[in-house]
Amino acid sequence: MPKLSSFDELESLQKKIKESRDPKKVVISISSGTCGRARGSAKIVEAFKEAIISCKDKLSIRVTGCHGFCSAEPNVIIFPEEIFYKNLKPDDVPKIVEATLKGEIIDNLVVSQNEENFVHVSEIPFYKNQMRTILGNNPLIDPTNIEDYIAVGGYGAFDKALKMKPEEIIKEIECSGLRGRGGAGFQTGKKWEITRKQKGDVKYIICNADEGDPGAYMDRSLLEGNPHSVIEGMIISAYSIGANEGWIYVRNEYPLAVKHVTIAIEQAKELGLLGKNVMGLEFNFDIKVIKGAGAFICGEETALIHSIEGLRAVPRQRPPFPAEQGLFGKPTNINNVETYANVPQIIEKGANWFANIGTETSKGTKIFSLVGKVKNTGLVEVPMGITLREVIFDVGGGSSNGKRIKAVQTGGPSGGCIPRELFDLPVDYESLTKAGSIMGSGGMIVMDEDTCMVDIAKYFANFLQAESCGKCVPCREGIQRMFEILADITEGKGKEEDLQLLEELGNVIKATSLCGLGQTAPNGVLSSIKYFKDEYFAHIRDKKCPAGVCKPLIKYTIDTEKCTGCGLCKRNCPADAIVGELKEPHSIIQDRCIKCGICRDVCKYGAVTIA
Amino acid sequence: MAEISMNLEKCIRRHDGFLVPILQDIQQHYHYLPEETLREVADKLKLPLRDVYGVATFYRSFSLIPKGKHLITVCLGTACHIRGAARIVSAASRELGIEAGETRKDLKFTLETVNCLGCCAIGPTVVVDDEYYGQMTPPKAITLIKSLEAEEQNAQIELV
Repeated sequence: MPKLSSFDELESLQKKIKESRDPKKVVISISSGTCGRARGSAKIVEAFKEAIISCKDKLSIRVTGCHGFCSAEPNVIIFPEEIFYKNLKPDDVPKIVEATLKGEIIDNLVVSQNEENFVHVSEIPFYKNQMRTILGNNPLIDPTNIEDYIAVGGYGAFDKALKMKPEEIIKEIECSGLRGRGGAGFQTGKKWEITRKQKGDVKYIICNADEGDPGAYMDRSLLEGNPHSVIEGMIISAYSIGANEGWIYVRNEYPLAVKHVTIAIEQAKELGLLGKNVMGLEFNFDIKVIKGAGAFICGEETALIHSIEGLRAVPRQRPPFPAEQGLFGKPTNINNVETYANVPQIIEKGANWFANIGTETSKGTKIFSLVGKVKNTGLVEVPMGITLREVIFDVGGGSSNGKRIKAVQTGGPSGGCIPRELFDLPVDYESLTKAGSIMGSGGMIVMDEDTCMVDIAKYFANFLQAESCGKCVPCREGIQRMFEILADITEGKGKEEDLQLLEELGNVIKATSLCGLGQTAPNGVLSSIKYFKDEYFAHIRDKKCPAGVCKPLIKYTIDTEKCTGCGLCKRNCPADAIVGELKEPHSIIQDRCIKCGICRDVCKYGAVTIA
Repeated sequence: MAEISMNLEKCIRRHDGFLVPILQDIQQHYHYLPEETLREVADKLKLPLRDVYGVATFYRSFSLIPKGKHLITVCLGTACHIRGAARIVSAASRELGIEAGETRKDLKFTLETVNCLGCCAIGPTVVVDDEYYGQMTPPKAITLIKSLEAEEQNAQIELV
């Protein structure tokens, strides 16, 4: 592609791309992000390539990033009608091509919920109740082809921004009310302004894509599916702040995101959207991709900066904030992936448009990863202020297995568990904090009666004690002690006074830790004690785990009424703990049982129960 | 097995002397960070060895000991956890005869856990040699490992 030297050339390129594409032509968009691939989307792509050989003039395929509806993967959306087919197998592909050419619908491949079929994306409950301003373009874009982004108006916001003064751009972002999507929720416009005001010629931009919260993957999906939206946001930020170098710090665990964003940067450079004299202007801007090395603490901005500098990722005291003294001691603006992805839209559609979405203090939409024990799992983009109930039941479709949903965990390891009674809470920064959790990066993990809240608290304490960098004592030692106490409780060795000790420890760690990791680490434990004290008492007083999770407190038994004596459990038991003659009810020798639960996994008759 | 040594000069130039990406390339090449290479890195970057060692031991994705031919990674993210990921680690550990984080003596297998792969909707997730497997159960993990073992044994027979 020839290098562009002005926005007029970009506009004519866009026109050319649009003209070369027939809007009525059928395009089959195949969702193929990391989780789609894990579910076999690569085979679906291959099958489509073969199936369309003879009808290439009538339909084409587009391999895209994730469409967000993870439990429907592998899935396709057929444009222009936007017909959605779910959970595909390679055998389905020729049938889809045939039906599409005839203008027919395949009923058993469409989404059905409560015995009702939904053919088009706009009708499907999972999508209908969302507002996909950032994620909505994913199905339209092959992330390895910059033309697709340009075709949907990509880099138009950059053009518009260049017609504004840098101060005006910052003002626009400030007026929109955009707040950081990485967790802390700092005003983005204000951050930019502070960085812009710093003295000196050298300033940096960093995109924090070290999405470390287990259970959150919207940043991965954006970088995989629409990397140019993030790059465009960074360019606008760099232009308004006066930075010439940018860095995207991506988790090493996201190979596809690294690949796609690297390709996107190369293509943007080729077109002259990055590099020296961007679009023929006196503005130089380049972006480097740097891979993380597997440290959760790198989500903290000063730790991330140390990591780029080649040091141990240990946070430091703030102030000075990175906006004043960041990478290599220079003023540095750090925003999260989703924050940058919001920027082009705000410039394009205006601050008012953005500020009209959401609540008084939390504007715009937010992407959540809705996972766990919910029917429709996936990436969900909703306006701020929507209630948890709407997200879990209207978008998520409620329980995945008919069991009672009892809580939702938000905010990752720094967040907390919110009980069902509070599901009418609006989702915004303040409400979640008030309830003892946080917005965080947007993980929403739905839990049902099979989830033990003490075990979850222990899980997060264990995670955080392992990820603590070790610099400050309250975090390093305190979380470790909390974990040990929780481990005792889950092993039936807990004492009633442990609860008070946990609360005391938690409050000290929150008050005295150096960085965000320690300051929020006790949230999970404290919120679970606050809302699920009865579960703690069951473990401590009755030595029972009501959810049947904590190994030392449970016992596997075989229901002799249901057991058919098929012998499958006996053959699979790694501890030779199951006895019984063929076609006779079996039983478990408790002394030998290692409580691995494999018997329960393999039993076809539901005869193995946990007591 | 003789290791093909990598071109460290080139690697350092490619990464402008940034330590973490350099170590990542070394890790990828050798599947661990050999001591002599770390010494060379310290030398070439004019850094005290203790600083290089400090970084090498800080991050999870670096290892100072060689890893096995097959890398089995079990995701322990929250969504995977509540769907029973810990039971998969136990099953894999029993089947392989090593604990999570260890490499088997014959250097055929390494069992690892990871905090989150971001494939939360299809969890529990297991990655074997870069291939992702969703909705895992302990029996499925055992079957997967057994097939890898069989593959290894067949390869052994062919060599003999």
